[in-house]
Amino acid sequence: MINQMMTVVQKRTIAKDTVEMVLQGSTISFVEPGQFVHIRIGTGFSHMLRRPISIANVDGQEQTITVIFKVIGQGTEELQNVSIGSSLDVLLGCGTSYPVQGLELRRALLIGGGIGVPPLYYLAKELRKKGVQVTSILGFQSKENVFYEEEFKNLGACHIVTDDGSYGWHGNVNTVIDSEQIPFDYFFSCGPLGMLRAVSTKLIGQPGYISIEERMGCGIGACYACVVPAKDGKGFRKICKDGPVFPAGEVVL
Amino acid sequence: MELSTSIAGLTLKNPVMPASGCFGFGKEYGQYYDLNQLGAIIIKAATKDARYGNQTPRVAETASGMLNAIGLQNPGVEAIVEQELPFLQSYETPIIANVAGSTVEEYVYVASRLAKTKAVQALELNISCPNVKEGGVQFGTDPVLASNVTESVKEVCGDVPLFVKLSPNVSDIAEIAKAVEAAGADGLSMINTLTGMTIHLPSKKPLLANKTGGLSGPAIKPIAVRMIYEVRQQVTIPIIGMGGITSAEDVLEFLLAGANAVAVGTANFLDPFVCPKIIEALPDVLHEFGFESVDQAIGKGHERGYEYISRT
Repeated sequence: MINQMMTVVQKRTIAKDTVEMVLQGSTISFVEPGQFVHIRIGTGFSHMLRRPISIANVDGQEQTITVIFKVIGQGTEELQNVSIGSSLDVLLGCGTSYPVQGLELRRALLIGGGIGVPPLYYLAKELRKKGVQVTSILGFQSKENVFYEEEFKNLGACHIVTDDGSYGWHGNVNTVIDSEQIPFDYFFSCGPLGMLRAVSTKLIGQPGYISIEERMGCGIGACYACVVPAKDGKGFRKICKDGPVFPAGEVVL
Repeated sequence: MELSTSIAGLTLKNPVMPASGCFGFGKEYGQYYDLNQLGAIIIKAATKDARYGNQTPRVAETASGMLNAIGLQNPGVEAIVEQELPFLQSYETPIIANVAGSTVEEYVYVASRLAKTKAVQALELNISCPNVKEGGVQFGTDPVLASNVTESVKEVCGDVPLFVKLSPNVSDIAEIAKAVEAAGADGLSMINTLTGMTIHLPSKKPLLANKTGGLSGPAIKPIAVRMIYEVRQQVTIPIIGMGGITSAEDVLEFLLAGANAVAVGTANFLDPFVCPKIIEALPDVLHEFGFESVDQAIGKGHERGYEYISRT
């Protein structure tokens, strides 16, 4: 983990209540796919907890990271209103990453839901660099929530599914998994707990990795706020430190 | 500038330490800075057996503060002694172990186990955790129960000084303070968190899975300062002050109120480097307000001549 001030160089709304922000700093090489940044909101004490936000892209040449967050409360609303050119206090390199370099695979299935989609984009790009064939299933509530469809399509087959059927497939990510029977060596999933639970049940016994969201305190493993029970019945895992990426089946969802 | 201070026979190189529950067992923060910079370290609460704690979500943000309901999650005193303490023992910084329990017997067991290791330099008796159903705060809100558990634990502490961590969730904190002092406490830690709640409007449900949690952060600082000021007038034992400290100026305020040392809690979450930053800033802040040592400032807020502040 590294603490640094990062400059907001770009900002745009990419879907309903969904903001893409590009941050520039000097130590972005520290960031791996699946890790999160822990961002301080404001400079005073009106927000005492940082916000864990996933990383959607890294540009080594420009020294930038792209983060995507959903505006769901006062903190993320304030973050949305930060002007271009201003600085944010960021903890970089938090949490575990998808083990891109350590895996032998030819075909990867990426399954994302809502605000769990962004880290899969950075992962997809890194997998493509290794020559891995990437297929994505991205679930959203409705058409107005959909983002990064073109970006994912540029990296491989991409299936969009919406809860209300207003765009793409009608249903949830499992609807696509059932219908398409996509071959893969590993699956990688990130999204709401309900989706991760459904995907893990559907793909039980198959090798894969999941990424979990939870409200955090310290973000470095000291406060025990974001824990999840271990599947073996022996203790727990800290989502901010032992995760957010876990091998499928390691924790109780 | 002399930053060292002494509490219950324990010499600290400076008065700043991380508060229990906010710093784990030191390993995480130890990756980012040298823990030898700290005056002491108060480690996460130990119970007799391992505790998983409460359901998540366990934290929620509030105005200038946060609520937590971790529920004393810890691996149990045996695992703490065997797996956690050796790391901290590699530092020169004194370790203060927080002792929790559901019964007097459990408090005594845990305190005895920790005191016997000689790895910890002081104990902090946690009779004020608001997030567990049994034990915890019920001992800290009744002067008789507080006195009894203090007396029983003190018997097994040997040479290890015993600080009792007081709850602010009482109408008269000085009454509890006097009771535990009379029961043999070597010092006080104060304050623990205030019981609070926040409700999520879209779901219309409490934001914490436990419904209620302990409020900490700058929002509670004036309460902590007031309580320390009150208690300082009633007891002579040293006080470790805590509750919303974020800066060296806050540290000085607690010292003036009568604290002999301080603990920093929630601010570690906002800035993981806050403790060394406060320690670095402390000499200049003390000097700015006319002090040449930490000890000079302790209790100065009680002296005549410091009472009147111009409104201009």
